[in-house]
Amino acid sequence: MDAIYQLIQQYCPAMPDLLALALAVVLPIVIVLGVFLTVFALLTWVERKALGRIQNRRGPNRVGPVGLFQPIADALKLLTKEDIVPNAADKVVHFLAPVLVVVPAFMVLAVVPVAKGFVPADLNIGVLFALAVSTASVLALFMAGWASHNKFSLLGAMRGVAQVVSYEVPMVMAAVVVLMAAGTLSSVGIVEAQRGFCGWFVCKPWGLVGFIIFQMCAMAEVARTPFDLPEAESEIVAGYHTEYSGFKFALFQMGEYVAALTMGGITVTMFLGGYLGPGSDLPKVGWVVSACWFFAKLGIIIIINIWARGTWPRVRVDQLLGFAWKLLLPLSLVNIVAMAVWHFAPNKIVGWGASAAVLAVAIIALVRLNAGAAFEKRSYRFIS
Amino acid sequence: MSRFLGKGLIDGLIVTTKNFVGSYFDGGRKDRMFTYQYPEERMKLPENSRSFPFLVYDGAPENMRCTACKICEMECPAQCIYIVMERDANGKPRQRPKVFDIDTSVCMQCGICAEVCPFDSIKMDCDFERSKHGRFEDLLAHLPELLKSNEYYHQIKPAEATRVDATRRPTKKPTDGTATERK
Repeated sequence: MDAIYQLIQQYCPAMPDLLALALAVVLPIVIVLGVFLTVFALLTWVERKALGRIQNRRGPNRVGPVGLFQPIADALKLLTKEDIVPNAADKVVHFLAPVLVVVPAFMVLAVVPVAKGFVPADLNIGVLFALAVSTASVLALFMAGWASHNKFSLLGAMRGVAQVVSYEVPMVMAAVVVLMAAGTLSSVGIVEAQRGFCGWFVCKPWGLVGFIIFQMCAMAEVARTPFDLPEAESEIVAGYHTEYSGFKFALFQMGEYVAALTMGGITVTMFLGGYLGPGSDLPKVGWVVSACWFFAKLGIIIIINIWARGTWPRVRVDQLLGFAWKLLLPLSLVNIVAMAVWHFAPNKIVGWGASAAVLAVAIIALVRLNAGAAFEKRSYRFIS
Repeated sequence: MSRFLGKGLIDGLIVTTKNFVGSYFDGGRKDRMFTYQYPEERMKLPENSRSFPFLVYDGAPENMRCTACKICEMECPAQCIYIVMERDANGKPRQRPKVFDIDTSVCMQCGICAEVCPFDSIKMDCDFERSKHGRFEDLLAHLPELLKSNEYYHQIKPAEATRVDATRRPTKKPTDGTATERK
């Protein structure tokens, strides 16, 4: 924002100060919204194509070249559909829920540094803001489930609340190590702290474990497939958005996908070095190169998401919550200890060894302790 | 340590990766990507597939095998066949249909007409692209539309057509020059 303001003052000194200020505020928002909505539209296409290939299908390939216009066709179809509101629904809340689903997803974008020197708002509490706001979508989710006056919606919403609230805890704990390492809550500060060879936090033992925990929690947080209990098609119709049609349904889809993108952006910022990469500091083209780096890393996160969605079956509710409370939470707490060991180690090699050892012992112990729960065989009454 | 926590998950990821990569590099083999891109790419239909009856003729359409015996009309469970025998000026039957209509909207493609035909005249087609614009008149298939050559029969069902040619007795029809008259 400041950078754009300075640019405007430098190249158009005649522009009134107030207008320049307004432009400096609005321009990044427009750019970020435009870019991420385009990426969202492409993402739906990429995901359907990749899932198709994983399942030996071809995916959408009828609308436009290789099906590229499929998102447009989907949007038109959803826009022209009738908007159905159930008779018994709480009309106001039913209307508000899809709007509130989208808002937090976009708000998180404000603190994601997309390129070098380009972040809509460089808050000094950036990560805290992102984690707090991204959780707010659970409120909209429960509003949708409650207002629909439908048992499946309510079940989905209750599952969603249980899931998001329990995965929030290990997620924040996994983020703590990053804050300890960077010494700041600002997202730009965290990226800048990852400079240097192997400086990305994912290249360190505590960073790797933190990244895996954070990524799993992010997938659970936005209800991606191994953890998509709130909208489990085969169990509860469509979960909390069962009673939504037309554009409201589209808003739910959009909120979900944009939330996945923004959570990916936060993950990239915190663990994968954000916009950093070879060439991101070049004088003239640095911002283009750094934006390319950011989106390439975001692409990797998205590929992981799609790959997991195409592969793993949905977990049960008890497995889901047990996984969060019994494995991820203790592991993330041990991760903080490993970070402390790293911090107080006399040199890098000892730090590496010690923190890796702490984590290895913790992982083996936790896996042993959870072994009974992990491979528990269910017995069914009528199936031997 | 043949089985560690998460091995099943990783095995699954490997399987899906194989599918994903294989779908691009299998050179269009149908054992992996089995989808036929229908309008551009067509599946070879098995010989026993059947869609709708047609009438076989040998050589020229005037030389049709059908003798208007009406067995198929009587046997048709859906009663979708309507036949009127052709008669000459004296009212003598000519052993060929004047009208032969099959209603597409009623026909249930059972193939019983083809089974009962003693002259091997009515056979089941493989052509499934029979949608029409009109609901009523367009769906009523008339004689010229139903007549197809023996070569076409050989083309769609080679084994069955060869068998029929070997066993079929030529139908005896009055050779009074009706073929030229009809022109």
